[in-house]
Amino acid sequence: MIIKGKVHKFGDDVNTDDIIAAKYLVSTEAKELGMHCMENIRPDFVKKAKPGDIIVAGKNFGCGSSREHAPLALKGCGIAAVVAKSFAGIFFRNSINIGLPFLELDKPENIEEGDELEIDLSHGIIKNLSKNTEYKTQPFPRFLNEIVEEGGLMKWLKKSRKV
Amino acid sequence: MGYTIAEKILLAHTDKKDIKPGEFIETKVDLALGNDITAPIAIEEFKKSGFDKVFDKEKIVLVPDHFAPAKDLKSANQCKVLADFAKEQGIKNYFEIGCMGIEHALLPEMGLVLPGDLVIGADSHTCTYGALGCYSTGVGSTDLARAFVDGKCWLKVPASIKLVYNGKLNKWVGGKDLILFTIGKIGVDGAIYKVMEFSGPVIRGLGMDDRFTMSNMAIEAGGRAGIIEPDDTILKYVKEATKSQSHKVTRKYKIFNSDKDAQYEKVYEWDVSSLEPQVACPHLPGNVKGVSELGEINIDQVVIGSCTNGRISDLRIAAGILKGRKIKSGLRLVVIPATQKIYLEAVKEGLAEIFVKVGGVFETPSCGPCLGGHMGILTEGEVCLATTNRNFIGRMGHPKSFVYLSNPAVAAASAITGRITSPR
Repeated sequence: MIIKGKVHKFGDDVNTDDIIAAKYLVSTEAKELGMHCMENIRPDFVKKAKPGDIIVAGKNFGCGSSREHAPLALKGCGIAAVVAKSFAGIFFRNSINIGLPFLELDKPENIEEGDELEIDLSHGIIKNLSKNTEYKTQPFPRFLNEIVEEGGLMKWLKKSRKV
Repeated sequence: MGYTIAEKILLAHTDKKDIKPGEFIETKVDLALGNDITAPIAIEEFKKSGFDKVFDKEKIVLVPDHFAPAKDLKSANQCKVLADFAKEQGIKNYFEIGCMGIEHALLPEMGLVLPGDLVIGADSHTCTYGALGCYSTGVGSTDLARAFVDGKCWLKVPASIKLVYNGKLNKWVGGKDLILFTIGKIGVDGAIYKVMEFSGPVIRGLGMDDRFTMSNMAIEAGGRAGIIEPDDTILKYVKEATKSQSHKVTRKYKIFNSDKDAQYEKVYEWDVSSLEPQVACPHLPGNVKGVSELGEINIDQVVIGSCTNGRISDLRIAAGILKGRKIKSGLRLVVIPATQKIYLEAVKEGLAEIFVKVGGVFETPSCGPCLGGHMGILTEGEVCLATTNRNFIGRMGHPKSFVYLSNPAVAAASAITGRITSPR
């Protein structure tokens, strides 16, 4: 799977309240949640985000609450993948389970706002087309890949229960 | 090679003979929890995927507590999704207004969580129950949907870090201060994807309420669990909770302890004898200072409550400081007991009367303002001191409001002076 898009750059410890504030948790619709993504910390984010764009952030992305509304909101406003130095545990699970692609990258600081990236998910390779460089990341372990390749946990579960 | 308590509990819930950190495992859970924010997505996923019957109606708990009592029409709809699903599936551990409480205070109190259990909850503060010597961890809604189907959950076995607390605590210093101090030291990602194992003589000397507070905030350091090995304090609490509960649990509890040669990725050891009450400043729980180092911080609101510090001993401490005083004119004091049982105890003991007489409000159990839901939202520029667990940007309302976190004693003393104040 190849993902190509422009970078929106964020810092360390972006929490799930930043991604989607609690007052919007009265909806379960990705599109509706997506309209308020990152509202508290970057009010113009949703306006700027185009389908296929990529978030690049520092350490501990998605820390805080368990709300699956956070990866849903990111998907809802068109974000195709998240690249960060590290991910908080529950956000990591939720992204796998709902099929939001993400990659852990040691030095996200080499990527800048507005850079154009091309991500080869299955090989864990990120090409920075704006800087003409390439970064390698660790591909997912087999177990997680199975879930991702099935399109999320529930699809994986349905398939594995039929066997 | 020995195991930590966390590894032993996880191992006991798999078919495997051996596990090690970093490995992906499929586990059988003893209990799966959802609330009015996370369960609606789980129920939707469950049905959308074509499933119609939960694996075990005894092992699912549904608690409408975040935006309940329903704060608006949309919240009422979400609460109804839980009520309908509980009825349809015959889930008896559904707690409607009147017997409801904040989930992480309610489940231990009801005797629903036992030592040795593996509990998942679609709420990050599910780690609270680690104080009972079980492995409990926050997951997402889809994880909950999956558990509805087959009672299982995939987990990556976390490495453990050990945190040892030595010395003797000062007056007005408790579990909240220990955990804030810890997050301040190791950072908000200091335990990312790790189990935090709290130990040492200071932990042994803490009552259950303080222990719950510590385990509750393990997630604020990125911890997947915050575990305390079972001792007499824990067992006495469990005996009491399971004796009085009407929602009978049929399984037996199991005591697990860490082996002497268990492997820890890191061991922290602190003498906390000189620790003063701690305060987390905006906008991260790891932005921690001693209360005396703060300078003058004027506040508009004080919140005493939440799954972190809304238990009876928290209310006793606050009421003890407030009794016979008046809160600062113009300040709002919001007190929220975590469960109906705590509410009633506070009424019987005269604590509720103290809160009302000093000029505060005594509200019904709910997560309420902690996550900016209702019952005390902040507007632009306002400052709140809360006994809750998070102070992120906009957490309690306006993105330009400010939340400080403290123990209930500092919160009560500050309500009197109108600025963040040490209770001494």
